[in-house]
Amino acid sequence: MAYADASMPQRRFGETTRPDAWWLQPVAVFIGLSIFVVYSTWAAFQGAHYWYGANGANYISPFYSPEIFGNSPHSWFGPKPAWWPAWLLFSPALLVLWAPAGFRLTCYYYRGAYYKAFWADPPNCAVGEPRQVYLGERSFPLIMQNVHRYFMYLAVVFIFILARDAWDAMWFKDSLGTSHFGLGVGTLVLVVNVILLAGYTFGCHSLRHLIGGFLDEPSKRPVCAKGYSCVSCLNRRHMLWAWMSLFWVGFTDVYVRLCAMGIWHDFRFF
Amino acid sequence: MSTATFRIWRGDVNGGKFVDYTTEITEGMVVLDAVHKIQATQANDLACRWNCKAGKCGSCSAEINGIPKLMCMTRMNTLPTDKPITLEPMRAFPSIRDLATDVSWNFRVKQKIKKFKPRPPDAPDGTWRMQQEDVDRVQEFRKCIECFLCQDVCHVLRDHHKHDEFIGPRFLVYTAALEMHPLDTEDRLPELKQAHGVGFCNITKCCTKVCPESITITDNAIIPLKERVVDNFFDPLGWLWKELRPKT
Repeated sequence: MAYADASMPQRRFGETTRPDAWWLQPVAVFIGLSIFVVYSTWAAFQGAHYWYGANGANYISPFYSPEIFGNSPHSWFGPKPAWWPAWLLFSPALLVLWAPAGFRLTCYYYRGAYYKAFWADPPNCAVGEPRQVYLGERSFPLIMQNVHRYFMYLAVVFIFILARDAWDAMWFKDSLGTSHFGLGVGTLVLVVNVILLAGYTFGCHSLRHLIGGFLDEPSKRPVCAKGYSCVSCLNRRHMLWAWMSLFWVGFTDVYVRLCAMGIWHDFRFF
Repeated sequence: MSTATFRIWRGDVNGGKFVDYTTEITEGMVVLDAVHKIQATQANDLACRWNCKAGKCGSCSAEINGIPKLMCMTRMNTLPTDKPITLEPMRAFPSIRDLATDVSWNFRVKQKIKKFKPRPPDAPDGTWRMQQEDVDRVQEFRKCIECFLCQDVCHVLRDHHKHDEFIGPRFLVYTAALEMHPLDTEDRLPELKQAHGVGFCNITKCCTKVCPESITITDNAIIPLKERVVDNFFDPLGWLWKELRPKT
């Protein structure tokens, strides 16, 4: 008998001798990610209420930034272009949201989390799986996860753009059109958003490798070694950053949207 | 003095069943103590591998309440005793008898990994010079006691029996220790991608969770190896950068 065949047979789906609530973690991940995906998809297709400009404020939803084409003052190239096909749904979010979505989809933390929660592969550690065939990430389609570093490059660019949005949110226009430095609740929401997203992005495993992890002798490249050390520091809490930033980026969109719809009123400190 | 019931798997490669044993538990006992007590008083023929009783030899690996653990490092006061405590052999390896498994496959895998190949000596006396910060990273991997709990919990081996295509977390850690060593010059990336199957790992982090030496297996060994494989085989921009960058 072959060695592998002599080990114990595969357990049935969900079969385990673990007495704890092993299902709780994958169910929580399933619910958390599902809520975010459903909400963000809905929000991305709205194409409206993504910018708040009342009372001199200047808040844009992170789902819609950078606004390449659109109707808000944040738009880089003006409104929807005339050449845009009439049959193709337009929303400024759809032009950009694929990049951060791809970054999270291929993220090493999220991969492990959603393989468990959505594909039960495995449902949790030492718990039986529903399938016998296993390909892993060495063949199509999951071999495509190796594209992660390219999404990381884009995600880093987005951090600077969102930081600019947070900066813009600190400037309020008066009735004469003059900008004054100020602080509203929305400003804080956007600032916290970019901090959490930066904590998540700059703790990325791919960045950790590219900035210095590829070296066997980091002492010969002190700048890389320092970068590796900084990214490693964030990387140790990558899961925490991932969830906090996911929740907050969704909340930021909710905040801007409800303010823009007139349901919430942005409180301005000064 | 309290008691606890152990539901211990009794059998061999041809099959077996769980048998309940109730024994007295005293303060400070670990699961291995209880197993020895059961051996001494109720089941003299119960097979169980052990050696140091200090979490350093890696012999007493088993599955306690479904989680791979060292029996000698699992204190009884961390386990609920209101229900039977299940004790099973590691499921990723063939059973020899009761709690003892045949882990010989691991040693054969280790032989397949390219050995340490240092650069020429730095000094005329045949010695090398290394900076501490350069070996800090691989020193974590040297803590491994080869208990094979990580191999056991890995679903690629445990459930899918990919022993012929995947070397498992233990040997990815071993490979990382060699591959990231400041003196090593060997290239193990082609094997990692193909014969050693690093792509089979889908980052469940179960190996990290069960490691009794708290080695950050997934984040510090496996993912960096995956990234090195990406460097070599899946990153055209990286190849271009290597060609165009200023050579030092």
